[in-house]
Amino acid sequence: MSFDLWVLLVERGWGFALFRGATVTLAVGLLGMLAGVIMAVPLALLRWRRLPIFSQAVDGYSILVRGVPGLLVIYLLFFGSIEWVQRLATAFGYQNSADSAYPFVIGVVAIAAISCAYSIEVLRGALDAVPVGLLEAAKSLALPTHVTFFRVTLPIALRLALGGLNNVWQMTIKDTSLVSVVGMQELMRSAAIAAGITRSPLLFYCAAAGMFFALTAISQTLFSHTERFFNRGFSRG
Amino acid sequence: MELDLVTYAVPFLLVGAKTTLLISVFGVALGLPFGIALAVIRTSKNRMVSRSADIYCAVFRGTPMLVQIFVIYYGLGQLSAIRSNPVIWWIVGDSLHAAILAVVLNTGAYTAEIFRTALLSLPRGLIEASQACGLSVWATFRHVKFPLAVRQALPAYSSEVAIIVKESSLASTITVLEITGHAKRLMSETFAIMDIFIITSAFYLMMNVVSLTSLKLIERKLSFAK
Repeated sequence: MSFDLWVLLVERGWGFALFRGATVTLAVGLLGMLAGVIMAVPLALLRWRRLPIFSQAVDGYSILVRGVPGLLVIYLLFFGSIEWVQRLATAFGYQNSADSAYPFVIGVVAIAAISCAYSIEVLRGALDAVPVGLLEAAKSLALPTHVTFFRVTLPIALRLALGGLNNVWQMTIKDTSLVSVVGMQELMRSAAIAAGITRSPLLFYCAAAGMFFALTAISQTLFSHTERFFNRGFSRG
Repeated sequence: MELDLVTYAVPFLLVGAKTTLLISVFGVALGLPFGIALAVIRTSKNRMVSRSADIYCAVFRGTPMLVQIFVIYYGLGQLSAIRSNPVIWWIVGDSLHAAILAVVLNTGAYTAEIFRTALLSLPRGLIEASQACGLSVWATFRHVKFPLAVRQALPAYSSEVAIIVKESSLASTITVLEITGHAKRLMSETFAIMDIFIITSAFYLMMNVVSLTSLKLIERKLSFAK
């Protein structure tokens, strides 16, 4: 049994394939999360300031994306864009590179769209939770609006948002597995290919589960350290 | 959006909605007691027992549900011991049953987390008082801890129910045709991607609204302040 394992994972190179899949998963997760948070910051600000029409639009987006399964969002983005992207790529003569890069790009866009919706809620909640007294103190010191925002509101809000953003990240890294259904070669897809060819699904899906678990566990540990760093000088609880 | 498309798509999605509802109802009906039991085990004094429940929750919360559903449906079928056991094979061998099992195991881990925090937040004094009154361990749980913990956990559990409805869409990856599975088929059949997406999301949002309002009603009914 252990001999079989060695042959499968090392000599036939499936272990390496899984590992490469895990790096793609991590890349898609990080890029998606980064893009999602960058998009979420201005949207959360619009929502927080309660700008008439924009605020409702942001709310609608966030309720829609958080209310439907991630799989459905991925189908929409993938099937909805494949036709004209292909037409565009053929017109400019990039057919081959478009075919290979396409699932990755759409994967990142889909993951970003989902993580953005959740990040908006986290950031908005954090902005709302900044104590009013602090803002009044800043006002009584006659600080200009942008100084108040960048030196008082934002540092406190980001500290408050940290825990929520960690939850969003944990969810995002797990959601990347969904992109495998449209053919992106990340961890889950590599495991499925290996399982299909070697006919040992139990081994490879469990290996994929193990790798996902390692990813979430490591990032959780890193997060705990970050949180301790940002919360220095504040009492716990 | 043409009316033809709506009248064509809605009957399929309604059939799918029945499957989604079936998976979700089983997910709540079996997952809630399972999660509460896990939470009780996790707060127990026996280190060995509580550790193993901790590990179970960490594993199911730390891996994507897609992996869990694949391990259960494709992975377990590989073992001849499971194939030869008629009861287990009845659960694992059928795609719908495997999907329900995956949802129950997954939501159990999250529910346990919700109820564990609720149980830990109970005031010590109340439990000491019930012990001083001579209540047995079971009576303390049944009449003191559980009623308080349920009220504490309900708001968080209602968002878990919404998550169950969404996670049931993963059943479509193992050939169960629920709402998302039908939506995918309709999208590749009619090419009206956006229209199908809008109709399908209306189904999901409706289900979310119904489940969230009914839980809100239960919450109000249970709350002490009328």
